[in-house]
Amino acid sequence: MSASEMPKFSEARLAEIDALIKRYPSAKSALMPVLYMAQQDFGYLSMETQQMVADVLNLRLMEVREVVTFYTMFKEQPHGKYLLEVCTNASCMLNGADELYAQMKDILGIGPGEITEDGLFSIAEVECAGACAGAPVVQVNNVYHEKVTAESMEALITKVRAGEAI
Amino acid sequence: MISSDPKKVQRICFDNIEVENMHKLEVAKKHGAYAFLPTVLKEFDAEKIIDEVKTSGLRGRGGAGFPTGLKWSFVPRNTGKPTYLLCNADEGEPGTFKDRDIMRFDPHLLIEGMIMAGFALGVKDAYIYVRGEFLHEYNVMCAAIEEAYAANLLGDNILGTGFSMNLLMHRGAGAYICGEETALIESLEGKSGRPRFKPPFPAVEGFYGCPTVVNNVETIATVPAILEHGGAWHAAIGKPNNTGCKIFSVSGHVNKPGNYEVPMGTSLRTLVEDFCGGLQHGTVPKVIIPGGSSTPWLMGEHYDVPLTYDDIMKAGSFLGSGAIIIMDETADVVAVTRRLAHFYAHESCGQCTPCREGTGWVERILTRVDAGEGTHADIQVLKDASTHMAGRTICALAEGAAAPVLSMLKHFPEEVEAKLKEEQAEKSS
Repeated sequence: MSASEMPKFSEARLAEIDALIKRYPSAKSALMPVLYMAQQDFGYLSMETQQMVADVLNLRLMEVREVVTFYTMFKEQPHGKYLLEVCTNASCMLNGADELYAQMKDILGIGPGEITEDGLFSIAEVECAGACAGAPVVQVNNVYHEKVTAESMEALITKVRAGEAI
Repeated sequence: MISSDPKKVQRICFDNIEVENMHKLEVAKKHGAYAFLPTVLKEFDAEKIIDEVKTSGLRGRGGAGFPTGLKWSFVPRNTGKPTYLLCNADEGEPGTFKDRDIMRFDPHLLIEGMIMAGFALGVKDAYIYVRGEFLHEYNVMCAAIEEAYAANLLGDNILGTGFSMNLLMHRGAGAYICGEETALIESLEGKSGRPRFKPPFPAVEGFYGCPTVVNNVETIATVPAILEHGGAWHAAIGKPNNTGCKIFSVSGHVNKPGNYEVPMGTSLRTLVEDFCGGLQHGTVPKVIIPGGSSTPWLMGEHYDVPLTYDDIMKAGSFLGSGAIIIMDETADVVAVTRRLAHFYAHESCGQCTPCREGTGWVERILTRVDAGEGTHADIQVLKDASTHMAGRTICALAEGAAAPVLSMLKHFPEEVEAKLKEEQAEKSS
């Protein structure tokens, strides 16, 4: 990657980051929020993006890597436009989450870590979503869908494919 | 929408939870939010607040049940270092989903509690550490905090009282262990969330080495009512040593899963039958997980247990966060245990060998057993590995991982045996 292709935060983002750092006793505390910003702006956290975050916060790359690799919500690989995450933990499992996840894999023809050919979907099985009253729970790009059924799951996928809002 | 209150029981944190648009400052104020705050900031001092909270008997609602007033009194004064207040909104224990409702439906209650607690502890900077997946709740809280700043309820010289405090939302990023208070502190310092050795306790040496109080959302949200009505008022609700109300998150095989706040001491049967619409199948639960997935299982014979810290401990488990997972007669207990074992193996931070290796080992054996490929020898290893993990690590995750496995082996040996390879071979021969 040449220097001109290196990811770069916008001026507005840099100002936001400067203000954020002041809210903590040390700039290092801003690492997680800044990683979220980077992920939002660049889709996922490539090594170049992680280096950029390290530079902005005056940290070593390894300090950033330690955090990125520890937390499941920081993504080092690109994923589909819609990331469907099924919670399969106890309460969701007791209410049919495993069957739902199997159905999702069937409909989309992909496994975890893969992207559908049209670039629209990726799927993942996640640990407790903390919304057990709504079991089974599916997060679509961080928006919770609760009490999901085989029918509602299929309807959601159809809507996305048709370009409709979900 | 939030579950309604069919019995009109006394509630504290959920008093206004069904009010439409309660998340907006204007509506919250109409329903009493911040009304008593000026009195606290002008007429109370730290000692009086801590005394009231001690009198109230409030015990931490995050899981450990430690007396809140006592925790606050441990914070050393005049150390020359700032004191920090951190609200634990990480809420990652399977079965727990109560703090989410306070944050999304009544965020100003939590903010008001943070201001009062911050005032009592002499805090200038407070943080709410929310689990990363709760993006909606994070956004609702951020908007409410912004409104509070605009109304001079946060920031410099709050309501002209001379007290100043900042409050910032901070998102985690998917790590159950960050609900452990020292791991939460590490995470807030911008590191991987690995629990610290205690002592030193956070009250003395916490966030960046400074005195720090970490309290759960529900605990903090109870403070405004305690100060307004008095500690004695709170102490009169519930049972001695188990005072006040508690939000119970009920999920699994019940007809109306949800969050229900009831006075402590209400029986489990009442909660499930009167509030949750009973079980999906059968009349008595097969398994009751009383306080989140890390607590030992209770059986149907405990259906009438009063929901208090002490009664549940007497029955052989813990009240924990009040997250009750109910399994009826249709539950495959081996499959559920296998799933929980996967969770703990996935969420182990990896710094202690018994946990890092033990949780993975247990998961692999249980996967084998659940698939009909396990043997009798596996059962002994499962028992030994689980027993040896518990109590041999920095934090309680390993103990939590062992609880469901040991519970399953103790209460359902015949269901485990029925899945073993030897048993299956015998059946088919």
